Amino acid sequence: MHFLYLVFIDPFVQMGMAPDLLAQTLWEGLVSGVLYALIALGFVLIYKASGVFNFAQGIMVVFAALTLVGLYAAGVPALLALALTVAVMFVLAVAIERLVLRPLVNRPDIILFMATFGLTYVLVGMGELVFGGDTKQMIAKQLYLPSGAIDLAMLGGRVTLQKLDIAAAIIASVMVAALAVVFQYTRIGRALRAVADSHRAALSVGISLNQIWVIVWFAAGIVALATGIMWGARSEVSFALEVVALKALPVLILGGFTSIPGAIVGGLIVGLSEKLFELYWGPLMGGGTEAWFAYVVALIVLLFRPHGLFGEVIIERI
Amino acid sequence: MFYREVGQYRTSYRADMAIFPILQDRIGLLVILAVAFVGLPLVGGSFFLDVVATPFLIYALAAIGLNLLTGYTGLLSLGTGGFMGIGAYACYKLTTWFPGVDIVVWILAGGFAAAAVGALFGLPSLRIKGFYLLVATLAAQFFLQWAFERIPWLYNNNVSGTIEVPTRTLLGLPITGATATPVTRYEVALCIVVVLTWLASNLVHGRIGRSWMAVRDMDIAAELIGIRLLPTKLLSFAISSYLCGVAGAMLVFLWYGSAEPSVFSIDLSFTILFMVIIGGLGSLLGAFLGAALIHVLPIVLRGVPPALGIDIASSTVEHLNLMIVGVLIILFLVAEPFGLARLWQTGKQKLRVWPFPY
Amino acid sequence: MTEAAGHVAAGETLLAGERISLRFGGVTALNDVSFDIRRGEIRAIIGPNGAGKTSMLNVINGFYHPQRGAIRFHGENLARMNPGFAARSGIARTFQNVALFRGMTTLDNLMAGRALKMKRGLFWQLLRHGPALDEEIAHRRVVEDIIDFLEIEAIRRVPVGRLPYGLQKRVELGRALAMEPELLLLDEPMTGMNLEEKEDMCRFILEVNSQFGTTIALIEHDMGVVMDLSSRVVVLDYGRKIADDVPDAVKQDPAVIAAYLGVAG
Repeated sequence: MHFLYLVFIDPFVQMGMAPDLLAQTLWEGLVSGVLYALIALGFVLIYKASGVFNFAQGIMVVFAALTLVGLYAAGVPALLALALTVAVMFVLAVAIERLVLRPLVNRPDIILFMATFGLTYVLVGMGELVFGGDTKQMIAKQLYLPSGAIDLAMLGGRVTLQKLDIAAAIIASVMVAALAVVFQYTRIGRALRAVADSHRAALSVGISLNQIWVIVWFAAGIVALATGIMWGARSEVSFALEVVALKALPVLILGGFTSIPGAIVGGLIVGLSEKLFELYWGPLMGGGTEAWFAYVVALIVLLFRPHGLFGEVIIERI
Repeated sequence: MFYREVGQYRTSYRADMAIFPILQDRIGLLVILAVAFVGLPLVGGSFFLDVVATPFLIYALAAIGLNLLTGYTGLLSLGTGGFMGIGAYACYKLTTWFPGVDIVVWILAGGFAAAAVGALFGLPSLRIKGFYLLVATLAAQFFLQWAFERIPWLYNNNVSGTIEVPTRTLLGLPITGATATPVTRYEVALCIVVVLTWLASNLVHGRIGRSWMAVRDMDIAAELIGIRLLPTKLLSFAISSYLCGVAGAMLVFLWYGSAEPSVFSIDLSFTILFMVIIGGLGSLLGAFLGAALIHVLPIVLRGVPPALGIDIASSTVEHLNLMIVGVLIILFLVAEPFGLARLWQTGKQKLRVWPFPY
Repeated sequence: MTEAAGHVAAGETLLAGERISLRFGGVTALNDVSFDIRRGEIRAIIGPNGAGKTSMLNVINGFYHPQRGAIRFHGENLARMNPGFAARSGIARTFQNVALFRGMTTLDNLMAGRALKMKRGLFWQLLRHGPALDEEIAHRRVVEDIIDFLEIEAIRRVPVGRLPYGLQKRVELGRALAMEPELLLLDEPMTGMNLEEKEDMCRFILEVNSQFGTTIALIEHDMGVVMDLSSRVVVLDYGRKIADDVPDAVKQDPAVIAAYLGVAG
């Protein structure tokens, strides 16, 4: 009996008793949701345009952040370092296209997916080799990102909003809107969607796969860089981020693999539900539930909708 | 010249359906077994057995387990680390409760706990396929990882959160714990792996293996010829997890000697998956080859710079190691997606017609 | 080779579809179609592309569930058949696009077709030597008979993904035969074959029917084949049945001619 009370009643009682804490948690959940969404966005970009499920997206985030911080530590002024990092991501996109994607064109999706595993390891090793494995500080101030917080006295208590988080939310929204527009309304966007559907068909109508792939991986690299900056500024830059990036998978399950708005919605749902569950139900289980909660939610969703919440159900013609 | 089958006629179906129909293969297998059981312990030192051979056996067993699930049945899984952990913790609890019973019994029994959990997490596989199933197995992995840390009962409420392996004997010889010698541990591991590989091989060559491959290749058609999908998939999860569980128990009891929960992390899942990919999906031999390459390569790499007199920091070697494994994976996927096992087969084919080119 | 489980005598109705209607969203694949298949006959289903022929087979098989209508097999009503149940009841089929197990050899594909007949459980399979191996050998004998019958000895150990299309279709027929079915459904078994291969296929189908007594329903576009092989023909057009008679009568049916050739203007 008491157990039932603890699980089904008490958490809501607690929510009601300290609404400012609830609001704070909701805000925190939203912010981490935005960041998950950004990582998922990188996945969606690449998947939508090349049909490849880029497992290396997480490490690209870390790699981009490391490059930026590393260049600055080597004495390059902040904004120039930023520009150089963008260039590095471009070179990376070209390298990936030439060395990984081109030899594997037309292979089954699973092969390409596993190739991105290999890519992850290469980037992890390279990152550790060049920049060292210790954690670093993101150069947020030098990039003119706001710091400090806004304290709101509300709901009988206090809710603190970090200015950085607000900036992150705004930047993310702008990026998402821009990408959505590009995909839907431009010639390049159409070409990207064609390539996602079928490499062979796209080739046969004259779309240059190589160009498209470079563009898309570069775009994903930019998204990764932005994510890395935001995330690194909130906590720090380390390889632990790579495992956190795995959480983009449940986000994709919820939002679908090919939907940009879906990535946002999925990210927010995951971020919010994770934080709420951990704060109000976590203590019942010893804490640390954020490690698996999102995955279990995704699993439950999959049981009811095996193609994800917004996924396309492909009807096989027998 | 050497590897000809000329003159070896199979005059019965029984002979044709033997797992090693060619005489040279049978001799080769006997030689390998002789080397493994007798030769290696005689020639290799403690270091070799402890650092190379025993771990290789354990990884190979886990790779066979994952190969049955992913290579033969086509069910992608990243839960391997978690399932290995269940086997290890189950074995630990069992030997804590019944210290008088032979530890080998508990190592083999721990696998059943892993099999049960594996089948449970395999239930979604009827509805969920492909990538989506991967996410479901990730749920298993992360949940289990969390459970290993947060459930003190599992590690007997040990303050440090780790499990310490007690000394257990077999026929009077200590085989686990601090007093067990590398040779004894190696031989026990070898016996277990040989027997389980034999069982797995039997399964794979018979009705059950065919039903798994049918499900992998086209599950709709498999249904059509009367194969029941859910029992087939669940059996695959169960047997695969059993082997991973036994491998996990062996990892703790016959190799590490103790274990923190972080041992059974997602990294372990990835490592085994890479062994299966590079070794070759759908091939038992591939599991061994992949385990050998991925486990031995770093050790070799670590030894090269000192041998050449070059001074490189050990962390650098580790990083280079990661990069090389990553590059290898990509190379294999490009050049030979069927992995080392296919390379081996191609090599044998060339050997058949040697010295002629084709 | 076939044991009549329901003891349906030759000439009696083995399977009947009653007023089947099947819709996918806005598309009506089958519209109030009734037909029957008699034991021991070769029944052809013909019609222009998109007429609903494959949908008809899929309904018989249990892949699609009709919104209206019923299937009677052995006199029993099977409102919601599923593919596994169809297989266990003695229905086997081949596909337009060849549904073989591409990673496995010809021999393994055919042995897979014996799955329903293999009984030895997990314990014996783990040991292999003993009852499980005996069972494998017994079934291997049956499969080898089929291999001889279909003249595919040379490609026994070739992974079927590497075989040319015509041979794949033959292997698929072999796998269906390995199930020892009472009712064999063939979806365009001759597509993509040259004249020689077609003649071979016709010979196989006729022999399966005459030697083993297997009832056959086949979809086919080649009119010559249909006329030669089948005892009765069902003609579908836009999901409706427009003719159901012996081949000679169907050939001269004005509705059929109009469907295939268009009405003379």
